[in-house]
Amino acid sequence: MSKVATAGNYGKKIRSDCKVTLELRESGGIQVDLNSKVEDYFGNKIISLAREELKFFDIKHARLLIEDSGSLDFVLAARVEAAVKQLLDVDKEYLLPIIEQNKNETKKNRLRRSRLYLPGNTPKLALNAGIHKPDGIILDLEDSVAPAKKKEAAILVRNTLRSVNFYGAERMVRINQLPRGLKDLEMVIPHNVNLILVPKCESSQQIKEVNEKIAEIQKDNKNKFSVWLMPIIESALGVINSYEIASTKNVVAMAIGLEDYTADLGAARTKAGDESFFARSQLVNSARAARIQPIDSVYSDVNDMEGLKQNVLNSKSLGFDGMGCIHPRQIEVIHKNFAPTEDEIKKARKIVNAYEEAQNKGLGVVSLGSKMIDPPVVKRAQQTLKLANFERNE
Amino acid sequence: MKKADKFVKNAAGRTVPTLVNGEKVVPFKGVNGYKPKHRGAAPRVPTCIDYPKDGNKLVKTLKDALQKSGLKDGMTISTHHHYRNGDYIANLVFDIAAELGVKDLRWVPSAAFPCHAPIIKHLDSGVVHHIEGSLNGPLGDYCSHGKMKGLGYLRSHGGRYRAIADGEMHIDIAVMCASASDMMGNANGVNGKHPFGPMAFTKADVKYADRTIVVTDTLVDFPCYPWEIMGNDVDFVVVLDEVGDPEQIVSGTTRITKSPDRLLIAENCAKFIDAAGILKDGMNFQAGAGGTSLAFVHFVKKMMQEKGIKARSMVGGSTKFLVDMLEEGLTDYIFDGQTFGLEAISSLRDNPNHIPIGIFDIYDFHAKGNLAQMMDVIVLGSTEVDVKFNANCVTHSDGRMLHGIGGFQNCLLAKCTMIAVPSFRDRIPVIKDEVTTLVAPGELVDVIVTERGIAINPQRKDLIEATQDSGLPIKDIKELKAEVDEICGIPEKPKLSDEPVAVVEWVDGTILDMIRKVED
Repeated sequence: MSKVATAGNYGKKIRSDCKVTLELRESGGIQVDLNSKVEDYFGNKIISLAREELKFFDIKHARLLIEDSGSLDFVLAARVEAAVKQLLDVDKEYLLPIIEQNKNETKKNRLRRSRLYLPGNTPKLALNAGIHKPDGIILDLEDSVAPAKKKEAAILVRNTLRSVNFYGAERMVRINQLPRGLKDLEMVIPHNVNLILVPKCESSQQIKEVNEKIAEIQKDNKNKFSVWLMPIIESALGVINSYEIASTKNVVAMAIGLEDYTADLGAARTKAGDESFFARSQLVNSARAARIQPIDSVYSDVNDMEGLKQNVLNSKSLGFDGMGCIHPRQIEVIHKNFAPTEDEIKKARKIVNAYEEAQNKGLGVVSLGSKMIDPPVVKRAQQTLKLANFERNE
Repeated sequence: MKKADKFVKNAAGRTVPTLVNGEKVVPFKGVNGYKPKHRGAAPRVPTCIDYPKDGNKLVKTLKDALQKSGLKDGMTISTHHHYRNGDYIANLVFDIAAELGVKDLRWVPSAAFPCHAPIIKHLDSGVVHHIEGSLNGPLGDYCSHGKMKGLGYLRSHGGRYRAIADGEMHIDIAVMCASASDMMGNANGVNGKHPFGPMAFTKADVKYADRTIVVTDTLVDFPCYPWEIMGNDVDFVVVLDEVGDPEQIVSGTTRITKSPDRLLIAENCAKFIDAAGILKDGMNFQAGAGGTSLAFVHFVKKMMQEKGIKARSMVGGSTKFLVDMLEEGLTDYIFDGQTFGLEAISSLRDNPNHIPIGIFDIYDFHAKGNLAQMMDVIVLGSTEVDVKFNANCVTHSDGRMLHGIGGFQNCLLAKCTMIAVPSFRDRIPVIKDEVTTLVAPGELVDVIVTERGIAINPQRKDLIEATQDSGLPIKDIKELKAEVDEICGIPEKPKLSDEPVAVVEWVDGTILDMIRKVED
């Protein structure tokens, strides 16, 4: 095994991250060298954290070089741990305290209009993601992380779940495709993740495996924190099996990933989206049949807000409850356009008022003007009002 | 002669010298606490018969012009910064001075840029004794390390005009580049090969300097009109192949930021002025260049369109973005002291509602009125703020010099001054217990807007009341600071020496703070 390992990122354009180079030695004690733009302010803190962590891993002789561009403690700690674990076969984890704000569970049916994807190995983006108020923040371990960086990304994501305030957004992680994804669960489940996205899901069996793995981890950890699942359907087979997937335990929402789906289909992805109309309708239908939330794919042109708006309106008209986003500026457009319109709210209020009046009078039949109103219509109206007045904080 | 001597504590509690480069200066007396009663500078009285009857003041070279202007040891030389980082003239002037063996010059640019790094060798050799004007980049570093023989002197744009007009800073020779001039020295910045815009920063120099040299790359037939510089204020005209590179004017200032966090800050600024009732038909506001400021204007523009209102005036640095708003009828006027980009220059030249203004008109504290104080809202950036709402825009938190003051202090006179800053940069909190260098006294800063919340100065009860039900993330400044410290950790205090390297002047001419030498 090599005696030198590096982890993390450092370079001209990289901020809030660091690169550590760890060299294990036979003698000479611990030497920590720091090259940091915040050295005047945090130099002593950084060095003492690094020393404490090496001590925690029982390393007595080593040289550690830290090249830092303003990384916070949880990032530095993750990078050092990643380097250590490349050189030593150790199971223990160097954990910083979980912040108070990250101890909450989330409700099964909370709003999931927007979920913001963040590359799991880029700490800078996570720090301020929550202030843009997405309903959920996804720390991604799958497509946005290079294969060689998967291990260090998982450690960083674990630390992010414990240390970064998401300001009320649901804490989500997209694991890798199974079976690798099951390994990822070991890293994140004990650390208060609220929801796991299971990519390229094609069968309920895969979801069952995820559930079993989570149960096993939680048994070991005596932690019964509720973890919801959102499978992502990204293939023709997945679309066909979507109802049984949606009906599996702990699944609260089901998303569609159109890049992979259209590739699987052998069709080009278009802005109009005719090629995925069937799949999206099928997904909505399956999700509704299983009483869970149908969630649309991402809109990838971050500069085209008008296109995004049309996309959202289209999603809403197909029956979706939310969609993914890849840039914080997309969040507001998504929320605004999934929200009920003024007209929808007005109409819903009339229906609900009529219903309540009928209830008060003890009438069995609800009518508005000359029209009779069926129970499902009332229910939808109630849902619309709920959505219009929704306060996200649970 | 000591650079600085006789230190006292001023009204802001800062230790400052009362002797700077051998001259007596007044310590800061508090905001509006100092009103001098003396008469101002009296310019040299020339006689027209001493100048060529045909108006032809052309001389062959800049060296000739400087020699004919009587360039000698100890003189004060001024230049302007309308070409910003593309200015060729200042370097040329001091190269010539070095060639002529002249020493101990004082350079008083309206601003210096990284392109002026070659002047360091003239500071080393003693051709230039010291610089009074904004210091950043390599020159800021040089001064921060205490290498300059004299004390640096930072003035706001308005403060520079004031110092010249009040008789505190006498200019011997003003070397003013112009994009077009005639043989008499009538000159402007909108015609010629390389136009740069209005000439706001030349007005005091031309009026009060003993000698004024106009340098241009485009000689036009008499009369050169518009004549922002009047030929009858000019001693000599020099034509060179090149005077500046307009490409360097725009760098990084004309595009809206793409950073989602900075966009959020800008959007919060816009939502705040809407909630506070400031955003209304007929408003006047400053709309500067730079990523966050432009983003602020972008959001204000959208709100104006939605409400169907327009501004009465906007104050530039103007960009294509402001010009579009003028042309779309969203503002009646642009007042402009500096343009960025060709669209803005053409608009200034061709649209009578795009009005060039001098620094005296907009910023001078000793003017009989002041455009800045008529502004309904101005949004500024800063390197640091503190829990007393003081702000710093000239040094890093470690005391290294970073920017000039520019119009920053002058803008504080607006009806609502907002400082838009991220709450931390690279782990360094922006909200401090006390700013490293005091540039904006807290009582003049009304609102601090960050991506994590908006803090309103407790003195502005009107703004607090107006926005309390707005749903905006309004927080106590201390609460905001605690939130950021929680994320970043509390930084150690950087070590600063006691040795002063520069002073920061307040708009009234008093000394607000002192910048200390940085130890490496």
